[in-house]
Amino acid sequence: MKVLIPSALESYTGKSEVDAEGENLGELFAALDRRFPGIRFRVIDEQDRLRRHMRCFVNGEQVFDLAQPLSAHDEVIIIQALSGG
Amino acid sequence: MRELALLVATRKGAWIYRGDAGRREWSADGPHFLGHIIHHLVLDPRDRRTLLAAAKTGHLGPTIFRSTDLGRTWSEARRPPAFPKAAEGEMGRAVDHTFWLTPGHASEPGVWYAGTSPQALFRSEDGGETWEGVAGFNDAPAYRDRAGDAQDGTPDGPKLHSILVDPRDAAHLYLGMSGGGVHESRDAGLSWAPLIDGLEVVAGFDASQWAFHDPHCIALCPSNPDRLYQQNHCGIYRIDRPSNRWHRIGRAMPPGVGDIGFPIVVHPRDDRTAWVFPMDGTDVWPRTSPDGKPAAYVTRDGGETWQRQDTGVPPAEAWWTVYRQAMASDTCDPVGLYFGTASGSLWASADEGERWTPLADNLPPIFAVETAILD
Repeated sequence: MKVLIPSALESYTGKSEVDAEGENLGELFAALDRRFPGIRFRVIDEQDRLRRHMRCFVNGEQVFDLAQPLSAHDEVIIIQALSGG
Repeated sequence: MRELALLVATRKGAWIYRGDAGRREWSADGPHFLGHIIHHLVLDPRDRRTLLAAAKTGHLGPTIFRSTDLGRTWSEARRPPAFPKAAEGEMGRAVDHTFWLTPGHASEPGVWYAGTSPQALFRSEDGGETWEGVAGFNDAPAYRDRAGDAQDGTPDGPKLHSILVDPRDAAHLYLGMSGGGVHESRDAGLSWAPLIDGLEVVAGFDASQWAFHDPHCIALCPSNPDRLYQQNHCGIYRIDRPSNRWHRIGRAMPPGVGDIGFPIVVHPRDDRTAWVFPMDGTDVWPRTSPDGKPAAYVTRDGGETWQRQDTGVPPAEAWWTVYRQAMASDTCDPVGLYFGTASGSLWASADEGERWTPLADNLPPIFAVETAILD
């Protein structure tokens, strides 16, 4: 499936869009971390919670649960929430 | 030829300032990790090559970056400090940021310690590539339940800091928690005991409870590891081991200045000499230079007397804050001193604080300044 990567994580992927597989959001991040070591922990903490200012959208819908099922035709967007300064 | 470097960690990245032999000319190398919050940047004095940077951003989680070529290239720790996954149904802790880095004992190459927020202690045995929690501290019930969670303590979360390794004994460790007091281990972190006798706490609280104590910065004298100095939320202290009692030496500070501040720095060769950078701890605690007139203060007699050192810094209208890691000394003779401010100015003295000169005026808020000798 298509995964859009925020600029803050392009140091891991080298590009703003990658293809990756996973039966659910947790598996998707595990797959991303195998290819781009370290990327998962920047987005998901050690208790498997999305970090406070990170967001994931699947086909335009915001999701918070790593058990969220995914299919090959889904589009996942990882973004930084609008915050900071 | 060896050269001196200042390792400057800021709210928006890190810089390395390299000085000439006379400490007159400095060249800036940076920014490294522009936009990252860097809480600490430390060189391993055992190999003089390995740099560790404690990093996060406002969005991305915490990590440790490593360089083995003095910052020319960087890689990320394979396993940064992180708590174990909690059992189902339990609320597990998550590291918000690594706040403090300390290289281990000279006899233990590759060993590092890290202090985090929420307050926990981590150890690496491979030069910062992978980190494990020090279970004797993190999981001990007395500490687990009282070290505070992310919402406790200072506005940016409670900090475990001032991890000190006795140069005579790799197993003898100290640490500070802000808040949470000073603690000591004599068995490499397997067990810990509070070291808080003599320290004062905010009025109305019970000084016998370590959770109410707030050491801001603790320094061990390299020339006499039995002597430690401490800048606390409630004054300046000294302890001479094996005594377990701290003595408030800040009472000798001028009354209009007081003995509140964040950093404390000790002389590399003289255990009677230490420096502080006082701040305003009155009213709502502005934490700025008292009366807008910044100055370091030095004691050369173990805290019996203090002398003001403000030559070169603005005489007034300078509302600085100098954070607890943002003041450091070198090992030259005379000793060089350095501090960075929360408003992004970096200052140096090549004569033990007698005269200050600015090295940089417009950096991001400076969180930490360390010195290092480079090969």
